[in-house]
Amino acid sequence: MTLLHTDVAVIGAGLVGASAALALRRAGVATVLIERGLCGARASGVNFGGVRRQGRNIEQLYLAQRAHGIWARLPELIGTDAEYVRTGHLKLARSQADLDKLVAYRDKVRDFDLGLDILDRAALRRRFPALAPDIVGGSLCPEDGQANPRLVAPAFAHAAARAGALLLEDCAIAHADTQAEDFLLTAADGRQIRAGTVINAAGAWGAVVAGWFGDVLPLHVKYPTMLVTEPLTRQIGVSLGVEGGGFYARQVARGNFVMGGGYGHALPGDRSRPGPAALAELGRTAPAILPALARASIIRCWSGIEGYFADKNPVIGFSARVPRLLHAFGFSGGGFQIAPAVGETLADMALDRGRLLMADRFSPKRWTR
Amino acid sequence: MNVPSSASAQPQMVVVGAGPAGVRAAQTLLRHGVRPVIIDEAPLPGGQIYRQSLVPRGSARQRYGFEHKRAAALHAAGAQLRGQADYRARTAVWNATPGHLDLVRDGDLDGLRYSHLLIATGATDRVLPFPGWTLPGVFSLGGAQIALKGQHCLLGPRIVFAGTGPLLYLVAYQYARAGGQVQAVLDSAPLAAQASALPALLNQPGTLAKGLYYLGWLRAHGVPVHHSANLLATHGTSRVDGVRARIGGAERDFACDALAVGHGLRAETQLADLLDCAFDFDVAQRAWLPQRDADGRSTVAGVYLAGDGAGIGGAMLAELSGERSALAMLADCGIRVDAPRLRWLARRQAALARFRQGLDRAFPLPGTDAGCDDGVMVCRCEEVRAGELRAAARQYAVDDLNRLKALTRIGMGLCQGRMCQSGAAELLADCRRIPLSAVGRMRGQAPVKPLPFAVLGKDPS
Repeated sequence: MTLLHTDVAVIGAGLVGASAALALRRAGVATVLIERGLCGARASGVNFGGVRRQGRNIEQLYLAQRAHGIWARLPELIGTDAEYVRTGHLKLARSQADLDKLVAYRDKVRDFDLGLDILDRAALRRRFPALAPDIVGGSLCPEDGQANPRLVAPAFAHAAARAGALLLEDCAIAHADTQAEDFLLTAADGRQIRAGTVINAAGAWGAVVAGWFGDVLPLHVKYPTMLVTEPLTRQIGVSLGVEGGGFYARQVARGNFVMGGGYGHALPGDRSRPGPAALAELGRTAPAILPALARASIIRCWSGIEGYFADKNPVIGFSARVPRLLHAFGFSGGGFQIAPAVGETLADMALDRGRLLMADRFSPKRWTR
Repeated sequence: MNVPSSASAQPQMVVVGAGPAGVRAAQTLLRHGVRPVIIDEAPLPGGQIYRQSLVPRGSARQRYGFEHKRAAALHAAGAQLRGQADYRARTAVWNATPGHLDLVRDGDLDGLRYSHLLIATGATDRVLPFPGWTLPGVFSLGGAQIALKGQHCLLGPRIVFAGTGPLLYLVAYQYARAGGQVQAVLDSAPLAAQASALPALLNQPGTLAKGLYYLGWLRAHGVPVHHSANLLATHGTSRVDGVRARIGGAERDFACDALAVGHGLRAETQLADLLDCAFDFDVAQRAWLPQRDADGRSTVAGVYLAGDGAGIGGAMLAELSGERSALAMLADCGIRVDAPRLRWLARRQAALARFRQGLDRAFPLPGTDAGCDDGVMVCRCEEVRAGELRAAARQYAVDDLNRLKALTRIGMGLCQGRMCQSGAAELLADCRRIPLSAVGRMRGQAPVKPLPFAVLGKDPS
């Protein structure tokens, strides 16, 4: 039976785990990156692909700003730009009340230098003629953008491996234990990993992993519904959202629209399917926002599996009960943009050389008080 | 009329596809007092092989050749269904969930509950990429046949037939008979394979005789027929003006205005996949196929499979498997079925299956290999070339077709991999030096065919 010794074992090679592993290796720490399936193939790889700071709460904006710098350096960090483009992110208001909320948000986050630009109906018409004329206004964050999620997380994991992390794919942990001061993880195929620190970056399965160590965290699992259309002529460059949520869309370079909204359901074997009600709702909402879509066809829909906390913040922090067990999961549908910064922060925390700002908002302890 | 005594709810039997398998299945259900719903994309029953054109031209004999009596019989059965069953023409199933089908017809959505579902969705051409295959003038064999049969149109005038399979000779014959200038038939299978398959083929001496007749007729009319002839590339810039093949040890060029390529057929398995049926790899068909028992039961209760959509067997076998699956659906509802008929079906199926094995041996399906150079387009929808697939496969040590799809977009376009999946799987297996079965199959997602937004947003009627 193989026994591997390492300083840090990261469970989950999604974008959070992979970027943590890369950051740990850049600090010279022995790291094993453990993935039950293939790296970046779950929510990290099948999400919408919006790289968006706009709309986040204050505590997440610190991470988002750090991540904003990392996204700009992807080629140097992971060897590909993963189709990351700063196209801008436009959040739409379908009523005056919604536009007022966008204005209030702009004022609230003024210190973060997001460059938010409030557009009224006329400005919207002028700059984005593809939008339906009855949209009241919007808030543009010019430096937000989009990327191809299917490329980003695998590239981070492989960059971590090139930097010396041991990437174990198809390695499902069947049993977790502590041994002396260390953790002992045993895979289904008998491989064992002994580590001084464990980072739980297991995404939608994070609460299950936490449960192995006795931590009970109230994660809810949901299945976002997404779809893609046939290619259309260029309609709009910015990534779109709407105040109040429920719809997001972007047109990729090939001309296809990728969009999502609503939720689907689980299938056996940790799989999921889009929801019929969510699809019907997208069928109504999308052409109401982008009239050209009324004549377009959808060619595929899909769903991923994502973990949510009630306050929409992830858990990022040490276990209240088990020393050197670090949780980072439950990004509640908003993890893609901040994940690379969370990875670096996790490395800082594991090495006791940095901390998370407004850490109490992310602490696992907020659920156990 | 037999009705299930124990069933609390009336069984709702649905047949998807009105080709040879679906028509015979629905007819069998009707005969046992069950009125099925039949869903078919075409305006008229017949499937691809016995496709009926809305405005028929010429005689049935001219359209269907030796098979004109079978075609006429199936059309008659189909016409009866249109009168007696709930027959829904021009209707597509765009999604399937347990016990429920999502339908689209003339721009309207509909939902359909089922207790027993027969999937008889047929097959499409198995398309493999090769240098120059995307040039105008290059057609799939099935496409060339539809042009002739459905649209009364001869491709060419000078046409070369290449690839392999019994259909190659049939369509070449049909073209030559209709006045097409068939320049050559280039069969990749070696003659020795056909000789060694002869004992199995003798299970169906009549069908074998027809095959030999086509071959003999072509030869007698001066059409060059080459065995062990591997298609290498097409010539031409804006459209095909010739093809190059390796025959024996030598390369030869053939001038032509059109090329029809038959690399076999592939089963349309999306509905079985969406319904979570288990699949097995079939070595002869070089494809993953839904598992089924001898009576056509899939691994999912209430879901049955018949015809080429469950694995390529040809039209005659499809009629038998359709009827047999219908009998299983009835028996599973507690409706008494005719035991001697069932035994007769089983015997006929066994004989045809042996013949089919002979065909598979006589015309082994080609793969795609290193001969498909890096510049060759594999996925037309997303414009992914062989070189990009190989680069991604090597960079990320990809052994799984879905992973390759995620990294390169292959199979993510309009056809959702229906056209490019076979070629992509062959290339990946060849590039990584692993068995074809090891790369798996692309995950299916709704919609099965593109669905307009304007339709998606409507409330199901």
